[in-house]
Amino acid sequence: MNNSPNRWRRYAQWDERPLRLDKFAAEDAANGFSAFTSPADPKPGVAVKAGRITSMDGVLAHDFDMIDEFIARHHLDPDIAQEAMAMDSGLVARMLVDMNVPRAQLVRLAHGMTPAKLADVVSRLNALEISFAYSKMRARKTPGNQAHVTNAKDDPLQLAADAATAVAFGFDEIETTMRVSRNAWSNAVACAVGGAVGRWGTLFQCSSEEAEELRIGMAGFTSYAETVSVYGTEKSFTDGDDTPWSKAFLAAAYASRGIKMRCTSGAGSELLMGFHESKSLLYLEARCLCLQRGMGAQGTQNGGIDGAPLTATVPGGVRELMAENLIAVWLDLECASGNDARSTESEIRVGAKILPFLISGSDLICSGFGSILAYDNSFNASLFNGEEMEDFLVLQRDFEADGGLTPLPEERALDLRERAVAAISAVFEELDLAHPTADMQQSVIVASGSDETRSFMPRDVAPISEAIKARGISVIDVIKALAKRGFAEEAGNLLSVVKLRVSGDYLQTSAMVRKGKIVSAVNDPNDYQGPGTGYRVSEERRLELNSIRDVLDQKEVLRSEALHEKEEAKRIQYRVIGPALRGTDPQEVVIGISPAFGLNLFQTTAGHRLSAVLKNMIEAIEKRGLKVRIVRFKHTADTSFLGLSAAGLAGSGIGIGIQAKGTAVIHSKDRLPHNNLELFSNAPITKLEHYRGFGANAAAYALGEMPEPVVVSTRGEAMGARHHARVALIYAIETGLTAEGAVPEDTEVKFTGAKP
Amino acid sequence: MTAKLTIADYPLAETRSADIRGQRGKSLDDITLDAVIAGDITMEDLRITPKALADQAEIARAAKRPTLALNFERAAELVNVPQDFIMSAYELLRPGRAKTKEQLLQVASTFRQTYGAGQMASFIEEAADVYERRGLFTYRF
Repeated sequence: MNNSPNRWRRYAQWDERPLRLDKFAAEDAANGFSAFTSPADPKPGVAVKAGRITSMDGVLAHDFDMIDEFIARHHLDPDIAQEAMAMDSGLVARMLVDMNVPRAQLVRLAHGMTPAKLADVVSRLNALEISFAYSKMRARKTPGNQAHVTNAKDDPLQLAADAATAVAFGFDEIETTMRVSRNAWSNAVACAVGGAVGRWGTLFQCSSEEAEELRIGMAGFTSYAETVSVYGTEKSFTDGDDTPWSKAFLAAAYASRGIKMRCTSGAGSELLMGFHESKSLLYLEARCLCLQRGMGAQGTQNGGIDGAPLTATVPGGVRELMAENLIAVWLDLECASGNDARSTESEIRVGAKILPFLISGSDLICSGFGSILAYDNSFNASLFNGEEMEDFLVLQRDFEADGGLTPLPEERALDLRERAVAAISAVFEELDLAHPTADMQQSVIVASGSDETRSFMPRDVAPISEAIKARGISVIDVIKALAKRGFAEEAGNLLSVVKLRVSGDYLQTSAMVRKGKIVSAVNDPNDYQGPGTGYRVSEERRLELNSIRDVLDQKEVLRSEALHEKEEAKRIQYRVIGPALRGTDPQEVVIGISPAFGLNLFQTTAGHRLSAVLKNMIEAIEKRGLKVRIVRFKHTADTSFLGLSAAGLAGSGIGIGIQAKGTAVIHSKDRLPHNNLELFSNAPITKLEHYRGFGANAAAYALGEMPEPVVVSTRGEAMGARHHARVALIYAIETGLTAEGAVPEDTEVKFTGAKP
Repeated sequence: MTAKLTIADYPLAETRSADIRGQRGKSLDDITLDAVIAGDITMEDLRITPKALADQAEIARAAKRPTLALNFERAAELVNVPQDFIMSAYELLRPGRAKTKEQLLQVASTFRQTYGAGQMASFIEEAADVYERRGLFTYRF
């Protein structure tokens, strides 16, 4: 850090912000660091002869690399290509954001568009337009979300508990992976069992080596896969040890086993692998997505994914991530839209990254929301992690946007975790795989993360996992074990998930299960055509989104005040003497209290008892040899008018006005209402010594002195966010007690036995 | 010849649960928890059939997703292909695994002759042509 005396120290403070841990890369197309365009990107173009593609994006057919070849043969529809490619890109871009142009018309055109054309069109849209077009073009109407469920120890008890809680939050899919690859089978069984607690329908993936993943799927434990990665240059593809044909073969293999599958691709992967051909990130990604449609994959996990952090270092990188997702849905693919690998240390960049997806909706908003703590995420930390779950829930409530999740009451979460740990323990015992102790189980049930557990360690898990594999244990055995040990509901739930593969309904585009029914782009197509169409948050769903914890209402405020009423009654008594008249004694200062002060409300927003506040001010005034008169005003609850009215009655012409919530003012009778002498507007951080100082200053003004004003200094807290809901509710109680023209009352205040 | 399925027939598990059958002929309605507990259900009963995939291909086509339909059709051909052969074919399709075009064509031929998987065979033959042109039949490591 530069500590030179000639440095503006603001830069030193900026150096300490989490943002400065993010590294940013200069735009450099030649070296692959360009989001939207590069001189090396081809111009869009196509030639068709006798129903065959003879050139594409400036390359003749006999020069096609494998990716061109696959796209030309399997993605491009020669009957549509000439029409679609001849259209002006600017016009097509406007069609994407025109609510009057149906989605189906645009999807048809995309079948005839080359990667360069698709990239050329979407690059003309700004971030807002991309987000809007995404909302219109995504395949399924109802949005959903996906969770990561992993932990640093591969502990199956914790996996089961965390799977159950993820399911309860509403995730439509959960995905696990391992710290140690041979633990795959144990992870699979643990998540399958945990995911069957509470309800059925959450699809589950165990991300592992291709052949192993397929075997685990065939044993019935998992229901989908998204590890089929594709790349945008031939060299990265072969370096990734595959070809478009080998990946397409895998796609068919998964479907043949009744397992839902999507591909994975994302900007930055070619750059990370060192074979970017100096092309822009978006163009390479357009190639990946055309490939995926050509392969016949129903969907894609797309939006940077593991390359998102790198893409976010490039100018416009985050907009590019949105643009590639738009191409995915325009190609009619299910889109698990990234928002997974944590692309920044800045919480502001995290919030900004998620917002477009939250408000536009997505088939799976995150393709891996870390439902566990960041350090337990075996995929690496996600954009959102267990730590930030409630932030996401509040964003849903703020924007009345459905991010697929629902708040989970604390007691329910604990019940589900108990049930899940009991269920997986029973399965392990029944199949003689392991015998978890009560202490292991209890430590997991209450643990937020694996640092807190006394349970299985990775090396304890390996023999469990190897036994499941070696003994050929299948989901049928697990269902039987659950049923035998009294977990009939979980057994039934698990069976229902496995039965999905028999009909294959969930292999169709964007399929998920909601309330026991398949919901996909076939029977829940996105029909957005402007306001009032497409996905709308129903009133029932809105109430669910609203149901975050610790919500204040007036009842809650009154309940809290009632707790203090008895205590205050022991310390202070207020007695009405009679109508208050103008005082004549120049030694008199009036404290004007609000209608509910000490009668309905008993503490300031900082939590000070009103008896203590009054006592401090009175003592300070009296210390200067002056007299205090307390007057209750009922015609106003406004601080300024309380203070001005008090000053008007005071013989000295100096008064203090104070509301029950603690806001206070020193006023002088000849001033305008809002031009006071001193004001405590930040009651929540105002301390008793401030009130004492306030009394002393009021006395000083009455004596004709010019005291140093009492300053309640803030440290920049979001005062409104912390307090205004309560303040408004409290103030409504005060204003509810006011009456037009009500006469001020002299009030005798008597401090009794208990210490105020 | 029955009429082609349309999107109105979807989801099949809801519109015709009695007709959807696993590999051993058990219908979805037969696959109950009681049947599992009684030991009457095996993993074979929970396997998708070529028929179900062909049906899903028809639905995908009706939903204007021709490439997805083709994938389901290739998948239908793989249902009864043994897992080991599938994995060895996949391995051979990876770059540099097959040293000659002939090796891949041999696999394609087995798919066609032994398993009646004509679409997958053609797909692999296409791969063989492209691999040859792009020089993938080389020793990579």
